[in-house]
Amino acid sequence: MPQRAQRSALSRLWGQPRVRAAIWQVGTGLAVLTALLWFQGNLAANLARRSLDLGIDFLWGPASFELGDNPVGYVAGDSFLLAFAAGLGNTLQVAAIGIALTACTGVAVALLRLSHNPLTAGAAKLYVEIARNTPLLLQLMFWHQLIVRVLPGPRLAWTPLPGVFLSNRGLIVPVLGWQPAFGWALAALALGIVLAMMAQRRIAWLLPVLLPLGALAFAQPMAFDVPVLRGFNFAGGTTLSPEMVALVWALVFYQGAFAAETIRGGILGVPKGLTEAAASLGLSRAKATRLVVMPLALRIAIPPLTSQFMSLTKNSSLAVAIGYPDLVRVSNVAISETGRAVECIVITLAVYLVLSLATALAMNGWNARLLQRGT
Amino acid sequence: MNASPRPPPPTNIAPLQRVRSLFFASVPNGVATLFMLWLLWQIVPAAWRYFVTDALTAPADIKQCVQAGGFCWSFVQDRWRQILFGTFPYAEHWRAGLACVVFLSLIVVTLLALGAPTGQRRMRLVGLAWAAGLALIAALMYGGVLGLVRVPSRLWAGLPLTLMLAAVGTGLGFVLGVALALARREGPPLIRWLAVAYIEFLRGVPLISLLFVASILLPLLLPLGVDVDKLVRTQLAFALFFAAYMAEALRGGLAAVPQGQKDAASALGLGWWRMQWLVVLPQALRVVVPSLVNIFIAAFKDTSLVVVISMMDLLGTANIARSDAAWWGLYIEPYIFIGAIYLCGCTAMAAYSRHIERRMAKGAA
Repeated sequence: MPQRAQRSALSRLWGQPRVRAAIWQVGTGLAVLTALLWFQGNLAANLARRSLDLGIDFLWGPASFELGDNPVGYVAGDSFLLAFAAGLGNTLQVAAIGIALTACTGVAVALLRLSHNPLTAGAAKLYVEIARNTPLLLQLMFWHQLIVRVLPGPRLAWTPLPGVFLSNRGLIVPVLGWQPAFGWALAALALGIVLAMMAQRRIAWLLPVLLPLGALAFAQPMAFDVPVLRGFNFAGGTTLSPEMVALVWALVFYQGAFAAETIRGGILGVPKGLTEAAASLGLSRAKATRLVVMPLALRIAIPPLTSQFMSLTKNSSLAVAIGYPDLVRVSNVAISETGRAVECIVITLAVYLVLSLATALAMNGWNARLLQRGT
Repeated sequence: MNASPRPPPPTNIAPLQRVRSLFFASVPNGVATLFMLWLLWQIVPAAWRYFVTDALTAPADIKQCVQAGGFCWSFVQDRWRQILFGTFPYAEHWRAGLACVVFLSLIVVTLLALGAPTGQRRMRLVGLAWAAGLALIAALMYGGVLGLVRVPSRLWAGLPLTLMLAAVGTGLGFVLGVALALARREGPPLIRWLAVAYIEFLRGVPLISLLFVASILLPLLLPLGVDVDKLVRTQLAFALFFAAYMAEALRGGLAAVPQGQKDAASALGLGWWRMQWLVVLPQALRVVVPSLVNIFIAAFKDTSLVVVISMMDLLGTANIARSDAAWWGLYIEPYIFIGAIYLCGCTAMAAYSRHIERRMAKGAA
């Protein structure tokens, strides 16, 4: 103990973990605060020199740029706020289509890779290696050039399915116009879900499927707007721009390979004993896959899959490189039109951040529910 | 007394039967096989025609290439140096090439050292190699010493730029990532909260928007008259971005170190810093080596995003080559060429990462 007595009061204070933690926290907090204030001061000086100010009033002013087709119906002359909404709408639209297609691709390729057939397994592996080991932006530009320059014009368009045309003008598909019958079908769907939840029987979940179908059959909508070639372009149907086709295709091609590997990992992660138990119960291989392996595999694979879907959403921002009007592109155009770089970039960052955090929260909730249920 | 196992029963399955069991075991399997054969029948001859029969080599010009309709090797032979080194002065290309070689050897040495059961001494050697290598690369690229012509950084382009953004970005990101992961796991509440906020923020936004922050917003946040080189700003953005992912990977590694190890270190009288440095981090790092390699692969691919802020990495130089007037009419050749480069690099690293993972799994079993 003589040694301890010699230590000064200060070093004794430093020796207490709680004091040390407090000092560290105060120090870090001050450093971060100073840095933020410094940035803010610099920003104010820079803006003052360029006689700019900060504010989001410009969002209500008219924007003069065109964005092409978008889900919110923005046209040049509408407000910047609507332009941002259009960009976000485009981002979400691409993300939704991309996620759905990626999930299908992922499951299919994972099953192909696991098949005992060397031909399919090899082909799936080749696809996965090529898609994962080249940059997404490179793939995106490659597909975009391929569509815009190498595909034939509308007159010689490819028709993989009747009514579907792929040409250098993009993908043209038939659409179902909005008809009153859909309203009835939606109402029937809602009614079906409510009834099924009240019934608490598994068989009752057929109701939300059967009721809308019944409503559709009763109201008979089915008036497809099928595109036809008129002169040098198509009339009717709906046109997905070459940029959108390239973007969705590249995102699905790239992210599908990652999803496939995750799902394959999930399937391989299911203990072998369970597959054998399923076989010994007399389940066929297909049935065992559907009833035993996939539910367990998805439980393993869903958390990483969610983060992959999130990165697909973030990666859709590469659209800016080929000129598809997503959120980032709208923000860039708005910056060049108004000079309000700070506001536009902060809006973009905030929107993506909210999307990510919302997904993460939903995922945590889902995980907690799984853990609660145990098995 | 004979303990050796009996040999397996002879497998005298006829070759034909073997083929049947592999390719036509069931109806869906047979359909898949037939479909794949049809696909191969469509793709292989077309690819052969594109890359071999219809492809033209050296003396062919753009007209002949377009007419033949195949891959224009002649274009690659003519323009490979511009694609690899871009705007770097033509006479000095050897310097950029040498810098690439140094970078590649540094990366290979680091990967080998990471894959080997680590020792502190070896990592110190790797650190020294990086210091020396980076100095050499800086001398080669920037010039101004040993009679080399000075080349400003805005002329750096192509493969050296790609390698630099990826390697230096992940290197700095790693250091910051270790600090963040430790702060998140061990720090007092405020520090932990700051680390979590940083990690979640950077993982929640796309890399592209961070690059815009670096190229547009950062100059506004620096004092008047201070002009930081665009390359430095971009490099910093990459480092900050990958640090968040490194921290997230390291979190798993730190969690895998048993509490007993820390207790033992405390019992030996090690303070917090020495405990982390000597006991915790070496074990945590060993677990996450495959994830770190995967982050590096992602970084190598993601550096291509700098074309969006008009920097000329490998993809940028390929774009320039595509819009070259002398070769106008070729659209996908440059992409196939650099795609092959990326594919070789990433496939090799991914295979190595899987190799380490397998060896670790075997060691754990």
